[in-house]
Formats: sequence, structure tokens, C-alpha cells
Amino acid sequence: MTTQIHEATPVPAVASTTTPQAPAARRVVRPIPMTRLVGVELRKMFDTRAGFWMMASVGIVSVLATAAVIIWAPDEAITQNTFSTAIGMPLSVVLPIIAILSVTGEYSQRTGLTTYTLVPWRGRVMAAKVASTLLVGVVAMVVALGVGALGNVVGSAITGLDATWDISLAQFGNIVLANVLGMLMGFMLGVLFRSSAGAIVGYFVYSLVLPVAFGTLAAFQEWFRDLQPWVDVNFAVTRLFDQTMTTEYWQQLGVSTLVWLWIPLAIGLRAVLRAEVK
Amino acid sequence: MISVEHLTKQYGPFTAVDNVSFTAAAGRVTGFLGPNGAGKSTTMRIMVGLTRPSTGQVTIAGRDYRELVNPGLEVGVLLDASAQHAGRTGREILAIAAQTMGLPKSRVAETLARVGLTETEAERRVRNYSLGMRQRLGIATALIGDPQVLILDEPANGLDPAGIRWMRDLLRGFADQGGTVLLSSHLLHEIEVIADDLVVIGQGRIVAQGSKAELLAAAGTLVRTADPAQQDHLARALHEASVVTNPIDGGLRADADPELVGETAHRAGVVLRELRAADGAGLEEMFLELTAETAREGAAA
Repeated sequence: MTTQIHEATPVPAVASTTTPQAPAARRVVRPIPMTRLVGVELRKMFDTRAGFWMMASVGIVSVLATAAVIIWAPDEAITQNTFSTAIGMPLSVVLPIIAILSVTGEYSQRTGLTTYTLVPWRGRVMAAKVASTLLVGVVAMVVALGVGALGNVVGSAITGLDATWDISLAQFGNIVLANVLGMLMGFMLGVLFRSSAGAIVGYFVYSLVLPVAFGTLAAFQEWFRDLQPWVDVNFAVTRLFDQTMTTEYWQQLGVSTLVWLWIPLAIGLRAVLRAEVK
Repeated sequence: MISVEHLTKQYGPFTAVDNVSFTAAAGRVTGFLGPNGAGKSTTMRIMVGLTRPSTGQVTIAGRDYRELVNPGLEVGVLLDASAQHAGRTGREILAIAAQTMGLPKSRVAETLARVGLTETEAERRVRNYSLGMRQRLGIATALIGDPQVLILDEPANGLDPAGIRWMRDLLRGFADQGGTVLLSSHLLHEIEVIADDLVVIGQGRIVAQGSKAELLAAAGTLVRTADPAQQDHLARALHEASVVTNPIDGGLRADADPELVGETAHRAGVVLRELRAADGAGLEEMFLELTAETAREGAAA
């Protein structure tokens, strides 16, 4: 028996000398799929208090706006369109900020140091951020549509009138597009500034200062009036919400977003890909 | 293995890293030592693709960092323990890293335990962490993918003496299992207890490199005379024997082995109180000397 014990003892010794070599052996390392990166970016949007409340605000804003319409709107105005406008306005402010923070968080909180080390292809990280941001945007709008529809049903029941469903699928599509463009604007400002404060200030200049400036210019300068739809991106985008788009409107949307969105987005992305991460 | 070849990084007219070449070998802990602003962090950021070099290249196990398909599983990186989202919990930060690498969730708890962060600490948000806890979390992020290479920038910063000892044992174990460790520090004695090899950098240039044993041997002999008045006498005697000396801590550091110094003292009739290899003291002096012309304090010294 004792000899057996003696024979048995070398076994752990052998094991302990072989295990140290184990990490040195090359494992099969699989590439990181894009879906995983999108999942990670979605997670990062929700996992801080600020991020969580940002997302929660989408739902809260929808409910508050719906309640406000039911309480204050005159009976004949209780239509789906009223609800969608009431919800859409605050939503179009919140969604671009979500887009901004998804990019600038990496720089303001310096998490980019880890993110770009684990995924050293920044183009893929950016693509995952765009995808997750747009996913959140579309889901938020579907939620808003649902809440608005519910409000329409409840509101109509209170007024005793038949519910008015006056939003076509095409119209909803346009609203989604307008918000997607808004989020891409936020994203563009994020990659351009790479700082939360800078990008949010930039966003308010974009959405509050520029429209007023262009509007004033158009009001006082004859020559600018016809030009405005081509250069004022907010003017061009806002028409998606409330008008039937004509071919010319689409062209104006294309031209104004080229200048105010696509070109700066390209410049910002180039900067993100090249800039040193500290 | 990490191989740095003729790496140069210029910012306009300023050269942050100047033709740096060295190797961090597998199975060894390589200490990257230099005063603040010497170019350590820039070199490390270049290694992991966060900064583009002006010229030169770095390969890790023969490949460029960007060629690694899932870098977290091959190279563990900690560049700045403070660069973590203050609003996330420690567990969440680790979970994000695990998810990115495609690791099972169970690895998060295992790794937290491995770096000595308790369950309650892991649930706290990082803004409430001490620097030492952030370092442990950063090391956890580096370790979770079970990589073969570790690149750690100032990992001992903010750790208490017990923490430094823990990290030394951790890195020792990692290297003994065949892993490659490169860690930087601006504190000599911190790195001296951990590293096998040293690379000393000053103002972007490598000023010394080699195994710790070699550099310690080069550090010479420390000798103290029983009567301080006799020190000059001994210095002169050593000088006549063509041994370079310089005063250090009420004694002399001599560029010779202890045997020769003892013999010289004996012939000169000087009574010695202490005679030994200079070790740390000598290395520290060498470090200050090597970096003196480059360090900020150089002008005053």
C-alpha cells in the first residue's frame, strides 16, 4: 500500500510542472463578430445612471406628452397626429443627445483607452455605435408610436368621439427618417468634438441658433428666401414631419444634409480613426 | 514576446520617443524605467495601436497589434487605471471587457477574486474607488482574457505595500508560466523587486538595458570606512588602483568588485566597517546618473 502512495505522489508534481506551460500554448482565437460589438455598445448606453435615465426619459417623455395632450388639447384635436407631434418634439431633442454621448463618453470618461485596446479597429467600433444608436432610436420611436396610439384611444374614449388615425405608414417612415438624421447629426458632432460638453453645445447651436439665424436672414433678405431650403438643414429636415415631400424637397434635404451632416461626419470619422487616444 | 524596433514618435519638433529598440522576453518580467515624461507611456500606447509611431514598429509574438483578431485574449493591457467610467460599477466594467472578448460571465467573478476585489467592492461605482482599487480593477481587465502578454503602465501606482507584494507575486507567477510581462515605473525600488530585465529610458532615449543582475553588477561596490576621516585616504588609494569612486550615503561607491576594493583598503591600511555589492543603492545612483542630463531635476544636480 505504501508503495502505491509513493507512486501516486509524483502525479501532482508532474501536473504542477505541466500546467505552467499551458498558457504559453497558442489557443484558437476567434475574431470578434460585429453583432457582439453592437451588443456591447448597447449595454454601455444603459449601464450608467446617466445613460439609464437618458433612456428612461424617452418613455417618460412619451407618457407625459400624451397625458398633456389628453388634458389640454381641444376635443377635435385629439388625433393620432397631435399625439405624435407632441411626443416627437421632445424625443427629437433627446435622441441626438443619446447619439452624442455614445461617442463622447469614450473620450470624456477616457474609456476609449480600454475600448480601442480591446477592439483596435476604430471604424468597427464606430459602426457598432451607429448601429446601436439607430437601433435605440427606432425602438424609441416605435414605443412613442405605441404610447401615442394608446393616448389616442384613451383620449377618444374620454371625448366620446371616434378615434382619428391620421398617420400613414409613409408619414411614420418620414418621422423615423427625420429622427435618424437627427441622431446622425448628434453622432457627427460627437466624432467631431470628442467631448460631451463641446458636442452638446454644438448640438444646441445646430438646433436652436442656426434655424433662428437662417430664419431671420430669410425674413429680411429677399435673395436668401429661395436659397434657405437648400442650406438650412433644420428647415429641410423639419418638413419630413409635417409635409408631403416633393422631389424638390428631397433634393433640398439631400443638399443641405450633405453640407451639414455627411461631409462633417466624414471629417469627424477620419479624425476618430487617426487621432491619438490618451 | 514584445519586440520594439527603432521606434520614434515626433510631435512637431518635439521627439517623445527617439529610436527606441528593446525586447521583452517570454518568461521574464521586463521593467520599463524612466522619470516622468521620458516616453514610457507613449511607447506603450504605440504598442497597442492607440498612437501611431512616426517610424519604427512594435510586434507582439511576431505580429502587429492590429493583426490580432481578438487582442484581449492575447495581450492584457493596463495603461491608466483612472481611465474607467466613473459611473459604472467595477463588475460592470469587467463584464463589458468579458463580453467584448466573448468570455463566459463566470470569468468576471473569478477574475474579481483573483485581483482581491470583494463582491461588495465590485458593486460600487468606480468614482468611489481608491486608486489602489482602480489599479486592481485595471489589472483584472488585463488578466480576464487569460493572455500570454501583459503590458502595464505604472501598475503599482497607488497600491499599498501589501498590494505591491501581491502584484509582484502575481507577475512573477505569470512570467514563470511562460508569460511576457512589461511594466513601467518611475520608481526604481518598485520595479527592482519585480523585474528580471530592465530598460531605462530618459528623454525618449534608452540609456541602459540588460538583466537586473548585469545592471546590479555594473553598479559596483559600496564601501564604508570605520573612521570617516579615512574615507578620502581610501578614495585616493582606489584612484591609484584606477578605480573610479563617488561618495554615496556617507560611504563610497566604487566601480570594482568587492574583492579588489577590500584588497586596496587592506594595502592602504584603512579599517572598513562595511563592504558589499552596491545593489539597489548603486542601481539607484546609476538611474539618477543616467537620467540626470535628461531629468527635470538635472539642472539643479
